[in-house]
Amino acid sequence: MDIILQIIVSGLLIGFVYSLIAIGLTLIYGVMDIVNFAHGAFLMLGMFTAYWLNQLFNFDPLLSLPISIIAIYLLGWLSYKFVVNKVLNAPPVAQIFVTFGLMVFLENLALFLWSPDFRIIKDTFVSGDFNIGEIMFNIPKLIAALGSVLITGAIFWFMSKTRTGRALKATAINRDAAKLMGINTDKMFALAWGIGGGAVGAAGALLTNFYYIFPTVGATFNLLAFVTVALGGFGSIQGALVAGLLIGIIENLAGVFIGPAFKYAVVFAIFILVIVIRPNGLMGGK
Amino acid sequence: MRRKWLMILLVIVLSFSTALMGCSSTEKAKSGDEGKTTEEVKVIKIGVIYPLTGGMASAGQDQKVGVEMAAKIVNGSYDLDIPLAKTEGLPNFGGAKVELVFADTQGDPKIGLGEAERLIEEEGVVALIGSYASSNTAATSQAAERLGVPFFNAESTQHGLTERGFQWFFRSIPHDFGFTQNLFRFYDELEEKKGIKVQKIGSAYENTQFGQGSNEAQKHFVKESNREMVVDIAYTANSTDVTSEVIKIKEAKPDVLMMASYVNDAILFQQTLKQQNYMPAAIIGMEAGHVDKDYVGVLGKDATHILTSATWSSKLIESKPIVAKVNEMYKQEYGKALAGYVPHAITGGLVLMDAINRAGSTDPEAIKQALLETDYPGDSLIMPWQGVKFDPETHQNIYGSNLLLQIDEEGEYEVVWPFDVATKELVWPAPSWGER
Repeated sequence: MDIILQIIVSGLLIGFVYSLIAIGLTLIYGVMDIVNFAHGAFLMLGMFTAYWLNQLFNFDPLLSLPISIIAIYLLGWLSYKFVVNKVLNAPPVAQIFVTFGLMVFLENLALFLWSPDFRIIKDTFVSGDFNIGEIMFNIPKLIAALGSVLITGAIFWFMSKTRTGRALKATAINRDAAKLMGINTDKMFALAWGIGGGAVGAAGALLTNFYYIFPTVGATFNLLAFVTVALGGFGSIQGALVAGLLIGIIENLAGVFIGPAFKYAVVFAIFILVIVIRPNGLMGGK
Repeated sequence: MRRKWLMILLVIVLSFSTALMGCSSTEKAKSGDEGKTTEEVKVIKIGVIYPLTGGMASAGQDQKVGVEMAAKIVNGSYDLDIPLAKTEGLPNFGGAKVELVFADTQGDPKIGLGEAERLIEEEGVVALIGSYASSNTAATSQAAERLGVPFFNAESTQHGLTERGFQWFFRSIPHDFGFTQNLFRFYDELEEKKGIKVQKIGSAYENTQFGQGSNEAQKHFVKESNREMVVDIAYTANSTDVTSEVIKIKEAKPDVLMMASYVNDAILFQQTLKQQNYMPAAIIGMEAGHVDKDYVGVLGKDATHILTSATWSSKLIESKPIVAKVNEMYKQEYGKALAGYVPHAITGGLVLMDAINRAGSTDPEAIKQALLETDYPGDSLIMPWQGVKFDPETHQNIYGSNLLLQIDEEGEYEVVWPFDVATKELVWPAPSWGER
């Protein structure tokens, strides 16, 4: 029994991180129907922001968290303004390749600047673990999960309670109608890229408390993020949250009870099953 | 909407499986620092194919540097007791310089295969060297075999690679059956000399050729020695999380956990073991990730007491003069000491270039013949081996051997077995996390 609880706890903790990574992706997709392939590269840059702030100024990742959010927010915003903006009316293939190109560019830039070596931030403020009964909680992962909940909550609040947020939502639902109502959709798109970047920047900084940093780290998380988005429902923030948690738990349960070699196979099998039964994902509305 | 999404997802899956980095970053570099001195110096082109980007880029870049170092030794004139070191270039080609042409497998066998073909067909290289991961080597050497060009491998350990009946494939590093057999000899000696019994074996391995080969060898020797395999775990090297793997190992309580890992997964396992507050009596890595400079670099104290099988040890810098000299040169050039698989790549490059020189011709048959006649002296090697000589059938180096190293408190890899050449006393069992 304890082992099942332990697996669920471990799965939940990593699942929150998957959610936070996926939320930025689903937001951008929901608002403007463009998939940001460079999302993993944004994550990597968020991690490196925390890493270099630690190396140069001895900042703890938690202290770097707001800086990382702002930095990757700006990166997302700039990416939209100078790159994505230009292909808004281009065929979907062009839209795919432009963000794909952005990913290749950012990753290779990182490889060139920082070499492919693995790095880690040592002696972080949060470390270690504690027990409740027989269940072990890893503190860095717990903090990452908490951060993920807070940031997801903040984005959710922003989207439903503020004027700008509702305008963003309106743009997501119907771009043309939103335009007719006087919403500056270009601004909304840029905002979506900014928030999407900020969320994944936060995930990056939180990850550095327990994960190593290297230029191609994005590829490792990218595929899971895409699956999370599709499983949760296209453009649905709650969906991404639930799907991230599900994937974390399924991955761990399958790893222990079916065999580690099959854990991703099980995740993908369930993903396909959901897509067959509910083509729009768990919480997809559109 | 749904169709578009599925189309996009398809693109993602395809692009991630075939092109992790999207572009094939190939670069050409002229080795040696001579530049264009004389009018038309004939060059001998060698193809160097490693995972230069992607998850294994760290290791692949090291290998690339190793082969560059070998070319430097051959192309320049150095007072080293190494064949071709004293003369500039290849004497049998009138002093022609070696030119390296680099290609990137991106860690993906399919891309490696295409790149290897390109090197041979378009770049016209006379031989290939590569490709670190056994799965990559299996593919790139396939291209060489089909096109009839010698392929030299210095660091892939899967035994099957030299059992494919290939005509053009040569390997200097010992393979996993040899590795594993040695480790089981170590268990026997441990019982005889120290009264420590190793009965329950756990195996965790990355699920491509390298890991599978090691696991196969382990199963073979577990059975042969009447031991018991209590847990057997295959995993993906670029996992984001290995908690469930570690929980399974924790439940099975093996005496020894044998791991065949690349560096990112080796680090992730160690961190997760710590998170789960579990440490078996011993963890033994099968070289690869456990000797990567980043392993101790990232883990620091958490890597202490980990054991690893190894074909090279930094202790050789102190004990073997030729290693010290090459290390000095290497440090001057690249600002760091020899480590990981760099010495293997240097050795591979030197042995291959020596064979090409002896062949005295760029004809692949002549080079193959020269490789078969190789009898490289152990004194000139920066490895702890007796020499390099290939089995006429399998083309496996018959003189390769390995040691068992343990990481000490300072993060140094110390030789702990064979007991008679040990530089430090073996620590067994490894202290639990609480006692550290």
